[in-house]
Amino acid sequence: MLTLEHIAWSVPDGEQIVKDVSYTAESGKLIVVTGPNGGGKTSTAKLIAGLEKPDSGRIIFNGEDITDLDITERAKKGIAFAFQQPVRFKGLTVKDMLELAAGGELPYHALCDLLGKVGLCAKEYIDRELNSGLSGGEMKRIEIATVLARKAPLSIFDEPEAGIDLWSFSKLVETFKKIRSEQHGTLLIISHQERILEIADEIVVIADGMIRSSGTADEILPNLLTGESVSICPRGKESL
Amino acid sequence: MNEITEALLAEISDYKGEFKGAYNIRENGSCVGRQSSEHIRIEPKTDKSGIDIFIDPFTKGETVYIPACVTKSHVSDLVYNDFFVGEGADVVIVAGCGVHADNEGEAKHNGVHRFFLGKSSKVIYREKHLGTGSGDSFRRIDPVTDAILDEDSSLEMDTVQLGGVDSSLRKTSAKLAARAKLIVRERIMTDGAEEAKTDFVVEMNGEDSVVDLVSRSVAKGHSYQEFKSHILGRNRCTGHSECDAILVDNGRVNALPALEAANIDAALIHEAAIGKIAGEQILKLQTLGLTEEEAQQKIISGFLK
Repeated sequence: MLTLEHIAWSVPDGEQIVKDVSYTAESGKLIVVTGPNGGGKTSTAKLIAGLEKPDSGRIIFNGEDITDLDITERAKKGIAFAFQQPVRFKGLTVKDMLELAAGGELPYHALCDLLGKVGLCAKEYIDRELNSGLSGGEMKRIEIATVLARKAPLSIFDEPEAGIDLWSFSKLVETFKKIRSEQHGTLLIISHQERILEIADEIVVIADGMIRSSGTADEILPNLLTGESVSICPRGKESL
Repeated sequence: MNEITEALLAEISDYKGEFKGAYNIRENGSCVGRQSSEHIRIEPKTDKSGIDIFIDPFTKGETVYIPACVTKSHVSDLVYNDFFVGEGADVVIVAGCGVHADNEGEAKHNGVHRFFLGKSSKVIYREKHLGTGSGDSFRRIDPVTDAILDEDSSLEMDTVQLGGVDSSLRKTSAKLAARAKLIVRERIMTDGAEEAKTDFVVEMNGEDSVVDLVSRSVAKGHSYQEFKSHILGRNRCTGHSECDAILVDNGRVNALPALEAANIDAALIHEAAIGKIAGEQILKLQTLGLTEEEAQQKIISGFLK
């Protein structure tokens, strides 16, 4: 279980991005965080993963106050984070990265399974370097596979749909559904996509640094699709 | 052969108590072991220090080892090794140089290698440099490689220097005939006050010849590295050079690539990137559970793999 208690965070120049976020995410749920650009979604996710430190408030994960723990310590506690913009590495291969994420060597069938979940063929990719030879979409899918490899109690995906093609997006939605049914970890996904929002156990709307509303997809989604404050990409209109 | 040589050989040439096939082991300027094989003949030079290696045409799947070690100070070893690779041969050459010194003074090895690749021959050349020891000694390795590649031949050079060598200057030159191919993969890591310089001059004289030169280096401490390359295309050919360097601490790297196209169909490319490890790379690996130090180590080891 993850609990945020009155989290606030400002960028170094002083602008407050996260103003007062309090929220409890129950284990095993698929939670989709949505809201307007610049509203504080990614910042909140980074605060959970330890990529930023809150100015005030507390973060409780599985009963432990992790507010002062660094990124590594939080990762070891079981928080995984998929970057919105995947990082490139000269020299490290796809296999290297997946094995680092998994914490040890992976047999070929496991690599194949992980990459298959994001629409990639292991045979073609495992020995490729994570460098400029891979497209943005390929990097994005590998980034998601890296987080899947961790099998963490809490997996955070920052706009996983960005930069990937429609076919892979469909596969990704199915993967998220499958993970929810197979594992007991919590998935926290930042997304604007209706097809991801509609599979959520809970939708959280963050705007202007605060949680504006939260509830089931049935409760929240109709308002989002008709409202003007949040730009949702409707089913069938994905501009990926 | 002394114990230090045996230890160095294990590091630089995968020595496990013996070599199989043809080999020549050099220790402090003298030969301490030599063997020819059915298809690879090693003969000492008569006019100067060194050996001639004759590889029969169409020799396949054999490896020849020619490591050299200097195990004490005040030794300056200069050796000339010539490789005559017969037409259609396909072999691996494992060179490698280890320099050990514990006392004051300089320990130096300078190997001058010439390669004459026959038509359609293929050579994979592996060379690893290593310096060990302590004290105020100065370990120096200055290899020179000259290669002549006949039509359709290929030379793949895999060179590594990952520490302990105070100063090195590697000069490599090659002349490529039609459809000949030269691939160079160089990895260098320096630390402390070490200095490593490489200087490549490649002439692509033949039609459809190819060179692909990739240098990756890490400069730590106050060390200094210099990368020079001059690729000259005199015919329809393809040349690519890439110099990537990571700076750690106060390390310095100077990259001086040059491309010279002397034919309208010469396609030459150079890429260079020098900088510190990107902060986001460290953060990414930290989100996988690595500490900052472990992340840095992983990035460097992957980069130099």
